[in-house]
Amino acid sequence: MTAGDDIAAMETLAIRSDQDVVRVRQLVRTLAVSVKLSLVDQTKLVTAASELARNTLVYGGGGTVAAGRVDNGRRSGIRIVFSDQGPGIPDLDLALTDGYTTGGGLGLGLSGARRLVDEFDIDTAVGQGTTISVIKWCR
Amino acid sequence: MERVPVLKIGDILLVSIQIDMEDQTALQLQEDLADRIVETGCHGVIIDISALDIVDSFVGRTLATIASISRVLDAETVVVGMRPAVAITLVELGLSLPGIRTALNVELGMALLARERDFEFKDIDDDEDDADEAVVAAS
Amino acid sequence: MALSTDEVGRFAGLLESNGDALTTAWTDAVATLLRGRLSHAELHRQIAELQKGFQSALAGGAGDLEADAAGELRGLLSELSNTRARQGFSATETAVSIFALKEAMLTVLGQDGDINATTLRDYVSFSAFVDRAGLFTFDSYVRAREELISDQAEQLLELSTPVVKLWEGVVAVPLVGTLDSARAQVVMERLLQTLVDTGSPYAIIDITGVPAVDTQVAQHILKTVVAARLMGADCIISGIRPQIAQTIVALGIEFGDIATKASLADALRHVLRKADVNAGRRGAGRRES
Repeated sequence: MTAGDDIAAMETLAIRSDQDVVRVRQLVRTLAVSVKLSLVDQTKLVTAASELARNTLVYGGGGTVAAGRVDNGRRSGIRIVFSDQGPGIPDLDLALTDGYTTGGGLGLGLSGARRLVDEFDIDTAVGQGTTISVIKWCR
Repeated sequence: MERVPVLKIGDILLVSIQIDMEDQTALQLQEDLADRIVETGCHGVIIDISALDIVDSFVGRTLATIASISRVLDAETVVVGMRPAVAITLVELGLSLPGIRTALNVELGMALLARERDFEFKDIDDDEDDADEAVVAAS
Repeated sequence: MALSTDEVGRFAGLLESNGDALTTAWTDAVATLLRGRLSHAELHRQIAELQKGFQSALAGGAGDLEADAAGELRGLLSELSNTRARQGFSATETAVSIFALKEAMLTVLGQDGDINATTLRDYVSFSAFVDRAGLFTFDSYVRAREELISDQAEQLLELSTPVVKLWEGVVAVPLVGTLDSARAQVVMERLLQTLVDTGSPYAIIDITGVPAVDTQVAQHILKTVVAARLMGADCIISGIRPQIAQTIVALGIEFGDIATKASLADALRHVLRKADVNAGRRGAGRRES
């Protein structure tokens, strides 16, 4: 499985407004159902996607999301990549701390989303934007 | 943008959220409810979320804010019908919704509100003039 | 390393000409290894079938186990490992049933009396072919066992997590056995779903049958209680044995304001009293004290 194969199979959406966040939820829900994630896992993944999409919109100033099915030979799952060209996250550890917020939220978006998925990768640099990639595997 | 209707049943305002809300819709609901509480003088608010398949931190925070605003306006809020998968996800997300009263369904929610009011007025002469006839008004 | 066409032909011939002698030698070798756990007749039948599988694979020109002509042989091998796995034979016992063919082959080869360099080379490459067949069997044995285990785990999950209605508005889940993550999740979901289905505002989680409570188990129970509260139901934990109470305190697990009771009966009494208070509040004037 190469990264190229992955991206080709992924659906992409722009995140520019509130409505787009709803669209991201709908896209992820459809994908989650298609790989037969359990109801609880579907709910966790869609919730995580909602948090991260809102982060992309609020903190990243908008961006894109790409989502699709992944397979590692043993099981399948859903991979979602959020990317923005925003200001980036200066202190990642702090941003991943429960309750820390710069946007007036509850500070659960990033840290909470991380707990709801199986794999969570974040790539960020100040001034360069942020890319967050998450995977939820079928049990 | 869609709007969530607020129904008046007796001394209670009933809100049944049937759509995947945009953030703006949730904020609008918060505003509408405050207006309606003042306008109707209702002492109870029931928010039915049984149709929601996810509650993320934004919706969770909005529900908590609605409960606080209502309390200031002397109305008790009960959130009813949360799905098990949603509850499990909220626990994982780290959102415990403090300050929000909950019940399994609308009926139990109404019983809870009735109990609260009864209890409050038990030792006082129950000479409220509030019209008790059930008036159902769709907003 | 696949067999050459020549080798394949020679082996096919060898298997065909020495068929009966080979079957007997092979069956005997396996019978010794299995120490009579399968009847001789049955074993003989299995071995004969396997031998036919090898023979037709080689006759079809299969130099390798992955070849198309070896399809039937692969089928036979996985069937063998499947039945052996389900009959409770060990992986070794299953795999040696295939490896024993080499021993039998040696017996047959030795009969002519003239073992030269060619026969030796043939024997080595044929051994390699049998080895691959043996490993294939081993693999499918492991797969069969894994399937067996996950099937059983699933059945166990179904069996061991009943949620019962104890009273009007009160459900109970008696937990029995070790509570791992997967089971805890099933229990949690089922309990919460039952609360919704029955509209019961009270749930009792009885842990009398749980042999040990560690931090992880406690965490699962706590999460269930918090989730139930979010939905508007109250959970009580009952069946806490003295030892478990000691562990809970020693581990520093905080149950906070969650009600804990020693027995299921205590928990039910507690819930009924609470429900009564609530009902009493509602019908304040009407109830006789």
